[in-house]
Amino acid sequence: MPLRPRGWWLILLVLAAITLPIVVGYLWIVIGSFNTRVHGITPVGEWTLENWRFLGERVGRRPPIWTALLNTLLFAGGVSLLVVTVSAMAAYAISRLSFPGRGWFLGLVLVLHAFPAVSLLIASYYVLRVLGLFDSLVGVVLVMTSFMMPFGIWLLKGFFDGISWEMEMAALVDGASRWRIFRTIALPLVRPGLFALAVFTFLVAWGEFILPYTFIVSGRTWTLSIYLQSMLGDFERADYGLVAAVGLFYILPAVAVFLVGQRYLLDMYFGGSKG
Amino acid sequence: MSADRRNGGAVPVSLRGLAKRFGSVQALKPLDLDIAGGELIAFLGPSGCGKTTTLLLIAGIYRADEGEIWFGDRRVDGLHPRDRDVGMVFQSYALYPHLTLFENIAFPLRLKKVPNDEVKRRVEHIAEVLGIAEQLHRRPSQVSGGQQQRAAIARAQVKEPSILLLDEPLSNLDAKIRLQARGEIRRLQKELGVTSILVTHDQSEALAMADRVAVFSDGQLRQFATPDELYARPADAFVASFVGFPPMNLFEGEVRGGEFLTDGLRVPVPRSWPEGRARLGIRPEHVRLEGDVEGEMVGFEPQGREFLVNVRVGARQLQVLTTARPPDTSTLRLSFPPDHLHLFDEEGARLDV
Repeated sequence: MPLRPRGWWLILLVLAAITLPIVVGYLWIVIGSFNTRVHGITPVGEWTLENWRFLGERVGRRPPIWTALLNTLLFAGGVSLLVVTVSAMAAYAISRLSFPGRGWFLGLVLVLHAFPAVSLLIASYYVLRVLGLFDSLVGVVLVMTSFMMPFGIWLLKGFFDGISWEMEMAALVDGASRWRIFRTIALPLVRPGLFALAVFTFLVAWGEFILPYTFIVSGRTWTLSIYLQSMLGDFERADYGLVAAVGLFYILPAVAVFLVGQRYLLDMYFGGSKG
Repeated sequence: MSADRRNGGAVPVSLRGLAKRFGSVQALKPLDLDIAGGELIAFLGPSGCGKTTTLLLIAGIYRADEGEIWFGDRRVDGLHPRDRDVGMVFQSYALYPHLTLFENIAFPLRLKKVPNDEVKRRVEHIAEVLGIAEQLHRRPSQVSGGQQQRAAIARAQVKEPSILLLDEPLSNLDAKIRLQARGEIRRLQKELGVTSILVTHDQSEALAMADRVAVFSDGQLRQFATPDELYARPADAFVASFVGFPPMNLFEGEVRGGEFLTDGLRVPVPRSWPEGRARLGIRPEHVRLEGDVEGEMVGFEPQGREFLVNVRVGARQLQVLTTARPPDTSTLRLSFPPDHLHLFDEEGARLDV
């Protein structure tokens, strides 16, 4: 039985009070998406599926929602895959190999980790323009990946640091090259870290708004965050039922990924693999 | 190739002027050592003495700053570990936790691209020899420490290397299994006839298992000799005090007129001994509880078959190991048989007299 500290109900009460506004927000989304009119969180209109009409038709001049969903999946999946792959290699090198400038590089990664990436928006814009990647999904994926890499490298370095040197020596004596050790020994041993980073970056990228909004113009490359935003800031009057439905539609995949990946995320915060 | 080795083709190892520095620390001072093919050698010494450094130099994990390493007529010090043909057992066993014992043992063979059916045959054979055939489908965390240790030996030995390196392979085992494992490793090594180097800080392990023992301290080889020789004729005061338990009694003093003199203790020595400052050593088991030297018993420990007695003579204390229960008086009479006295100069080097 889990140990309950004294006054646990008081703690629970405080936590519940803090969480309440967020819960109310979610409640509003769920209720609002299935009702024609809502006062506060009280449904006053009729229950309806009308708000979900965006699933079958284009709303205004926006691209089909399925295009936006696919783009978001490609964006979040691409960022996740790239961050994990490149961070893993970089982190292994920093953790295990000695090369000139290693300490300097390590410091740089740490500084970049703390650096507000948004201040690089304009610079990134110019880079993408020069590369011809402006208004393309690949371009945003690259920018997002580079912004998330310092975090990924630091996280995975911690996991690689946890692998015993003797194990690596054993593999060397057994006849493996460093590249071979990286693939067949080190990577499988930090798998919890890789999964955690993959889930985390996927979720962050899924919710990312500023980068797609800045670097994507055409409707066919819209992500869901742009789609949702377009319903709030437009000339037409916001249809709150529709906004709620799209919002719920946007949240559901993220919730699914979180539910599947939460045990890896826990691993991430305890930062280490057990052998 | 491996068949040749079993027929007496075991590979000798030769270290010539081998040295290693870490930053400003000289971890290993230039070392010369010749190991015959098929021998089991122990590297013995306290931690930080250079024994593991030497082992890792031989394995190719560390790169030597100076010197050469020869396996038979093959110079290997410039080679990658995988090209040296060594097997190694680590203190922590360093098994790969995500692989079954079978895949752990098979790993070196897979890297050599040995065909699948031969991998299976060889892994099962070595597992049979080491008594872990039933555990092959398990992961390291699912078997006992003793079985993990055998799996580590199997992995080191499965590719039939020229040299087998063992880094404290027994120190993570329970005391009871450790004695048994000692015998097993020794038996296996003899059967395979593979040249082997065992690193240990446990002198009883080194003396019991090795054909010859290399004693290290402060990055320097102190003596390389058979266990008998180490015990009977330690090359210096460090070896004298490190090998043997309880340790040898050592006194600093002076040889003058057929006597060794130190703070109230006078030991008659042969007149032929050179006079001057020196160190005198005698093992606790060689001090006799009869004679002319008077001492005071200050401690007494029964040790089952023997008794360990602490005696104060003048300002000096020494230990005496005796099978006969010492008399029940606080005053003891001792003598130091000249045959069992060891003489070292002021720097600690043995003086042959």
